[in-house]
Amino acid sequence: MQSLSVRSSLPWLGAFKRKAMLTTFSVLLPVLSASAMAADLTIGFSQIGSESGWRTSETESIKAEAERRGYDLKFSDAQQKQENQIKAVRSFIAQGVDGILLAPVVETGWDQVLKEAQRAKIPVVLIDRGVAADPSLYLTKVASDFKEEGSLAASWLAAKTNGRCNIVELQGSVGSSAAIDRKTGFDSIISNFPNMTIIRSQSGSFTRAGGKEVMESFLKAEGGAKNICALFAHNDDMALGAILAMKEAGVKPTQDILVVSIDAVPDIFKAMADGEANATIELNPHLGGPAFDAILASQKGEKVDKWIKANGPLYLPDTAAAEYAKRK
Amino acid sequence: MKKNNFLHKHQKTLAPLLSLVLIILVTASITPGFLSIKIVDGHLFGSLLDILHRATPTALVALGMAVVIGTRGIDLSVGAVIAISGAVTAVLTVNTDFPVWLVILCALGTGVVCGLWNGILVSIFNIQPIVATLILMVAGRGIAQMITEGQIVTFHSDVLDAIGNGYFLAFPIRVWIAIGMIVLTVLVMRKTALGLFIEAVGANVRASRLVGIEARLLVLSAYVFSGFCAAMSGIILAADIRGADANNAGLWLELDAILAVVLAGASLAGGRIYLLLTIVGVLIIQTLTTAILTSGLPAQYNLVVKATIILAVLLIQSPKTRQWLSGFFSKNKNAGKSSTGKASTDKRSAKP
Repeated sequence: MQSLSVRSSLPWLGAFKRKAMLTTFSVLLPVLSASAMAADLTIGFSQIGSESGWRTSETESIKAEAERRGYDLKFSDAQQKQENQIKAVRSFIAQGVDGILLAPVVETGWDQVLKEAQRAKIPVVLIDRGVAADPSLYLTKVASDFKEEGSLAASWLAAKTNGRCNIVELQGSVGSSAAIDRKTGFDSIISNFPNMTIIRSQSGSFTRAGGKEVMESFLKAEGGAKNICALFAHNDDMALGAILAMKEAGVKPTQDILVVSIDAVPDIFKAMADGEANATIELNPHLGGPAFDAILASQKGEKVDKWIKANGPLYLPDTAAAEYAKRK
Repeated sequence: MKKNNFLHKHQKTLAPLLSLVLIILVTASITPGFLSIKIVDGHLFGSLLDILHRATPTALVALGMAVVIGTRGIDLSVGAVIAISGAVTAVLTVNTDFPVWLVILCALGTGVVCGLWNGILVSIFNIQPIVATLILMVAGRGIAQMITEGQIVTFHSDVLDAIGNGYFLAFPIRVWIAIGMIVLTVLVMRKTALGLFIEAVGANVRASRLVGIEARLLVLSAYVFSGFCAAMSGIILAADIRGADANNAGLWLELDAILAVVLAGASLAGGRIYLLLTIVGVLIIQTLTTAILTSGLPAQYNLVVKATIILAVLLIQSPKTRQWLSGFFSKNKNAGKSSTGKASTDKRSAKP
């Protein structure tokens, strides 16, 4: 029986290896795809990679926005490596693009290449993350404000519960900026409501399995859902894990415990449509528009803010089915 | 019971067991209701059940790891194999019409192939185990990401749901699976000469070859077994969250498994395998995790507290501490004096 299963899985592995080789080649040669449109702007975009569904939709949204405007977008996937990003930015400078979009994989080590871009008078727009460099080296940062996402979640919850709620919180990875800022934003709102308290808070490491395990322990420690009014999860994946934990403990999500989380991944819309989650706040992937606008503004000599906040909206179950169909 | 014999004959087994009991008691005194077990929907429900439930993936992996470490090897790739088998389970369930048994068989087969790969590198090409398995540790997660195309692939299957979260005779099905696997492994390792052979290979390859043991095949099969166990664990973990999370499934689980084997008193230099104590080691680690989660400790202290307690457990088990303790409690004198090192091992392995 076992040898049969070995044989049946071998063609699989063959296919993976071929795929792996292709991927290796694309690491060696940064893929620069030029759209054929007659372009009034040529923009280089150095993306981190495609490690999450969110990042893939960010890439697609920026490509679509460039195409809509008729820009020539040169795209480079860095496969999670800073050195690839630096190479890509240098190659954009050498090609004399009109602007560079950079989604930096890490915060540090950008000073040199940003100076090179500045010397070539090419504006660099940071996408969805910041860098630890002198702000004069880049034009602007287009990114969500994690604190505002946390505050929005808390505000929704306060309105929904009339400011009375015992909250359990699933934190993201300890020390990550998303976890720290989302918590800070959330706390800053609920501190105005004496009857809103976080009764339990633990890290679920941004994963489904983590969210599920921690929620199980919350339910045990609180003796079920009686004392818990809402769950605030720093991302949707943890909320989805927690929803599984609730259902297995005989607790009805949204009826016994309200569920609010952040990111707006497709699966949370399915959960909302099924009546298992209450609200999610989109971590906006549509950053192309504001980034291109900033480059245009700088060409006209207008002043551009150093941080263009591009926060996403809060989604509720009423539109969930339609949103899920759109994102699937 | 067999366990009681254990306690009286080997003082060494006392340390992990006592540590486990102590950790449970201390947690129970901090967190009220930790020991309470209720019946909900016809099955047992409580923190202690959570510990068993959550410990199964690690227990399966640690079982394979114990055998590999017995051959003086190590398998760092188990976390990656978990990700691969979970990915295969999810993708086959979603994209094909394969019946569930075939999906599970394919996922287990993937684990066997991964184990073969490791085993061939170690036993035929004589690459050091830590290096050989490091290759798959790094590449394996990439393979899993390619299978799932970087997304979390969610699936629905009644059989897999049951494996992940179902109950049979009031206990989680996955716990039964783990118990079955443990019993089977203990029987094979202790009721046949296989365990002795593997420990012999781990203790001295050349000597065991001279007495006619086919060392290469044994080492190879140890890695295959480890891959198989990891694949089982991967299926359970994917079934648990009804999805394959290639980036995070089984992440760092290899370290927990190695720790469990070491907590059981095995030496990384090979030659000794303690299967049941390894499971106690797994339970210690999982009890700590669950205890920290229910205790309400701020998240940033999790790792430090866990590490400190594990250090304490390891210190309790060190031969030096035990010598000191047995000097202190003179009633343990005759049992403890000579049995610190190899002597007890040999007795244990010779035991049928």
